[in-house]
Amino acid sequence: MPVVVTDSSLRDGSHALHHHMTVEMVRQVAKALDEAGVPVIEVGHGDGLDGSSIQTGPSSVPEMDLISEASRVCTRARLAVMVLPGIGTRPHIGEAAARGARILRVAVLCTEVDLAGQYLEQARELGLEAVGFMMLTHIREPAFLAEQARWLEAHGADSVYLADSAGAMLPDDVRARVAAVKDAVGIGVGFHAHNNFGSAIGNCLAALEAGADRLDGSLRGLGAGAGNAATELIALVLERLGINPGLDLFRLMDAAEFVMAPFMPFQPIPDRESITLGHAGIYSTFLLHAKHAAERHGLDPRDIVIELGRRQALVGQEDWAHDIAAELAKARAAHDGGDR
Amino acid sequence: MDLLLVSDVDATGDGPRLARELGVEVSSRGVDAVLERPDVGIVFDATSAGAHGRHTGRLRAAGKVAIDLTPGATGPPVVPLVNLEERVGEDDLNLITCPAQVAVPIVHAITRLGPAHYAEVVSTFASSSVGPATRAHIDEFTSVTARGLETPGGARHGKSIVILSPAEPPVAMRCVIHVVPEGEAEPSAVDGAVHAAVAGMQRLVPGYQLRSEPVHEEKDTPWGRRRTVTVSLDVVGRGDGLGRCGNLDVAAVAARVVGDAVAQRVMRAPQVTA
Repeated sequence: MPVVVTDSSLRDGSHALHHHMTVEMVRQVAKALDEAGVPVIEVGHGDGLDGSSIQTGPSSVPEMDLISEASRVCTRARLAVMVLPGIGTRPHIGEAAARGARILRVAVLCTEVDLAGQYLEQARELGLEAVGFMMLTHIREPAFLAEQARWLEAHGADSVYLADSAGAMLPDDVRARVAAVKDAVGIGVGFHAHNNFGSAIGNCLAALEAGADRLDGSLRGLGAGAGNAATELIALVLERLGINPGLDLFRLMDAAEFVMAPFMPFQPIPDRESITLGHAGIYSTFLLHAKHAAERHGLDPRDIVIELGRRQALVGQEDWAHDIAAELAKARAAHDGGDR
Repeated sequence: MDLLLVSDVDATGDGPRLARELGVEVSSRGVDAVLERPDVGIVFDATSAGAHGRHTGRLRAAGKVAIDLTPGATGPPVVPLVNLEERVGEDDLNLITCPAQVAVPIVHAITRLGPAHYAEVVSTFASSSVGPATRAHIDEFTSVTARGLETPGGARHGKSIVILSPAEPPVAMRCVIHVVPEGEAEPSAVDGAVHAAVAGMQRLVPGYQLRSEPVHEEKDTPWGRRRTVTVSLDVVGRGDGLGRCGNLDVAAVAARVVGDAVAQRVMRAPQVTA
């Protein structure tokens, strides 16, 4: 079965752009991906449908406008949207489907997969392909993940994904988890990388070796934290392995260089903060919040990140970065005061 | 109120076992066993959103007042400190959700001072404190919480974000509430109203506490850069059977307060004999 590549530049990339994606960006990027033969394009706020919030950052453009625009320009690619149970709700999914979404990716923490039930059911009712997307898979062992994947399969998932949401895994960690899940289910198995250790592409290779038949990428790796695996590099890897499912290498490289790069405020790389995020096992969306909180209190963001890891911050607890910064600043002031 | 009956569909669980230990009658026949008891006037329905929808008509026909602890939202939303008095005569009172019980008193306190475009509550729970019925109805749980911020909370538009944390030891419940007032909300007036609401809630739920003073600052909102009020709360459970995460304490206390009010009203009403 050919490997199915999903480009999530226009969803995971939303985090790196602080959710200021524009219709023009979606038009150009989706068109370029479609022309390069990418079969699935994911669009929306970084936190999925109705993810626009004060907590993680409001979208500057209504998400449905972005979905409609992507749908308008795509001739071959199928559109995917993500829903996080506890954030997006069924009316948003119905609306996204009406606007042209064909795939629903239901993203749940890998310990909470039973939250996906209602949305897998809705996907079936709407005729959408359903993906059970397990997040933060580094926090649990392969056997546990295999059991969760079986639950998702039994409840209607057409494929199941393992996301290394914190970029906290090395190739062996990925290989063991993907292999266990692949053994446990009869549906497709995908992997979504983050590049915090600089091993996103290596991790994708490990996932392929362990039986994954779906990979996520984004152009130039645009995504939360240190970014994702670059779609243009995934295409290159598949070409070199002799299993390119029809991706146009040159068009993808051009899309990355001439279409995506001009929209990017910065190139995500494993910098000191995102390396620390991966090391602490913290979700990449905490990065900008940790940086802001650190600036505000004159702290080293790495100290905030390590403390977030110690407190097991998982997803949606971005405000903890500010609490921790305030506590660290207070502790430092008390310490400095004591010295005098 | 006297507790006459605990009825589950599976009488072997922890709840029925505890009820038996306390000498309370237990049934495994669900709502049917309740409907057979003419001496039961008030029914606390803690089943699931779907099941409550099937129970309402039958309970009403049997002349029983339902206090709905599911996010089924078949009846009007009730938050004790906000609108209990105006709703106590209804026969199906919806307690919305635990995050709504925590956040609505704060949102209401702020919107009473002036209209608000928006209120958002981000609530984090210990994974172990959220049971299968809520998990199977996370969609209702999320959207009914958001609607509660509108009515009775008073915000024009509500949004709810629900996060389950598998962290061990289990986390205490945490609510962060963001409000976008339409006009210039006077910070000292807002702070006073928030503190009064917190004090009111603390009388009911001692573990309900402000994490820090309300924060007034400009933030990116769906209406552009605007002045916002952010209130962070911790709700720590007493740990007496309902765990350390305070969500279940809040729900249980709200149910008891509403039940007491209904019971008093029933007792005050003239007795009608057939």
